[in-house]
Amino acid sequence: MSKIILSRRRLLGIGAVGASSLALAGCDQFDFLGEQGSQARSFLQKANDLTYRAQRLLVRQGALAPEYSESEIRQGQRPNGSTDPQSSEYLALKANDFADYRLSVTGLVEQPKSYSLAELRNMPSRTQITRHDCVEGWSCIAEWTGTPLSGVLDEVKLKPAARYLVFHCFDSMDAGLSGRVPYYESCDLIDARHPQTILAYGLNNGPLPVANGAPIRVRIERALGYKQPKYVHTIEAVDSFARFGLGKGGYWEDNGYDWYGGI
Amino acid sequence: MDDNRDARGPASGPLIYRQSAWTRVTHWLWALCLFFLLFSGLQIFNAHPALNIGQESGFDYSNSILSFDAIDTPEGPRGRTTILGHAFDTTGIFGLSGPADDPQFRGFPAALTIPSYQDLATGRVVHFFFAWLLVGTLLVWLIAGLINGHIRRDLAPTGEDLAGLPRDIADHARLKFHHGRRYNVLQKLSYGAVLFVLLPLMVLTGLTMSPGMDAAWPWLLDVFGGRQTARTIHFLGMTLIVLFFLVHVLMVLAAGPLNELRSMITGWYRTDPEPAPEPETTS
Repeated sequence: MSKIILSRRRLLGIGAVGASSLALAGCDQFDFLGEQGSQARSFLQKANDLTYRAQRLLVRQGALAPEYSESEIRQGQRPNGSTDPQSSEYLALKANDFADYRLSVTGLVEQPKSYSLAELRNMPSRTQITRHDCVEGWSCIAEWTGTPLSGVLDEVKLKPAARYLVFHCFDSMDAGLSGRVPYYESCDLIDARHPQTILAYGLNNGPLPVANGAPIRVRIERALGYKQPKYVHTIEAVDSFARFGLGKGGYWEDNGYDWYGGI
Repeated sequence: MDDNRDARGPASGPLIYRQSAWTRVTHWLWALCLFFLLFSGLQIFNAHPALNIGQESGFDYSNSILSFDAIDTPEGPRGRTTILGHAFDTTGIFGLSGPADDPQFRGFPAALTIPSYQDLATGRVVHFFFAWLLVGTLLVWLIAGLINGHIRRDLAPTGEDLAGLPRDIADHARLKFHHGRRYNVLQKLSYGAVLFVLLPLMVLTGLTMSPGMDAAWPWLLDVFGGRQTARTIHFLGMTLIVLFFLVHVLMVLAAGPLNELRSMITGWYRTDPEPAPEPETTS
């Protein structure tokens, strides 16, 4: 009896070791989940829609991201992604301290407009000390100053068909075989009209530095860092973002990241 | 192993129906979820392989309690782990791993992440899918367990259970197990701790890392001491779940793996011969 049990034990022991080494050596068995567009991945990605819907239900439209006190700013805002765009258009604007910069607001709006940096600075301003959360996992607290995007939207008057805003940027990102593509992002109108969503031109009591997105960076405080495009030159109101990039709503979204970006 | 214990086997006591379908299905769903959550979680961790205390991550100052990185030495790059300011060479596992001709600078090695290569986007897709599945399973289990009495009957420790705790600890230490209908008190306490404390803690610290949820429930940040502390607690909770898993599997192996596995697959469990020995009768 005990002999049988021992051999059965040994068998199970071997089985357990085999199974666990399979699991350990074999996390590459799940590498197929990295294939964008594959059925398995598309299925798992449905959870991102669920997250978006659940948070839109749970989070009151006007609920503010936590704001911090000045004493909690203990370091400079960490730059990430593009930190020094090299397009000739951007370099020319930068050489002139962005005096010739214009922010265009186009697409599904009644009155397309463009704004100089001075005009944006003269609009109502909001200053907020918030926590920037990078998708990589780190956070950094900084003070941002800018004009609420909702004020701009009130001026250009969105058409009823508008459902999203697409932000077009001066910086470009690596796109593998196709070389480089311009950074772009998008958000729904709830994020666009949120009181903390600002076109930021100031950081930590100074002008917005180039490394952090000069002259204009959009702050969407209830989302991760990649949802907060830097070097923005055009805001386009659209009913669908399918025709931009790979159609997922942003550079990082085209590279497999979730569009909502609130978690 | 003394004869008495080895004697309990297929031919010993009566078969009883011990685990309901609710328990069995939710058990294996949790196992599946935790497998993918662990390895996709380590993938996500690798995007910023450090743990900090507070709201933010210190770059111009240090508030880190653990970090993995690689450093250059005269003998070439080495993997380094820093815990509470103490540095350890962990080349091959943490900080620097992979084949000698193709070393990779990464926190956890390829064997411990899903996918095996660095891919934060996919790690997040996998993690959030199984996080939802885990939460759904927990809710189903909780409702079913409250209605069918599983939680009250099988998990809530009685006064008698708690009085017998020292003896139960001694029994476990000697790998002496009683096979009856009921869980012993250490089982009740550990399953209860995982299901009512550890897993909810993982869900809540996970939500604290969401900037959207921080707007809805700012108290999360107060409860856990900031987003980065929540991330650190999430990581420590993971290590406790892994520890629970190891002990759990060890106990299953020691208590008779075929019988234990059968009860968690079919529900049927072979009990000890005679009426299951009462706690008081063992010396």
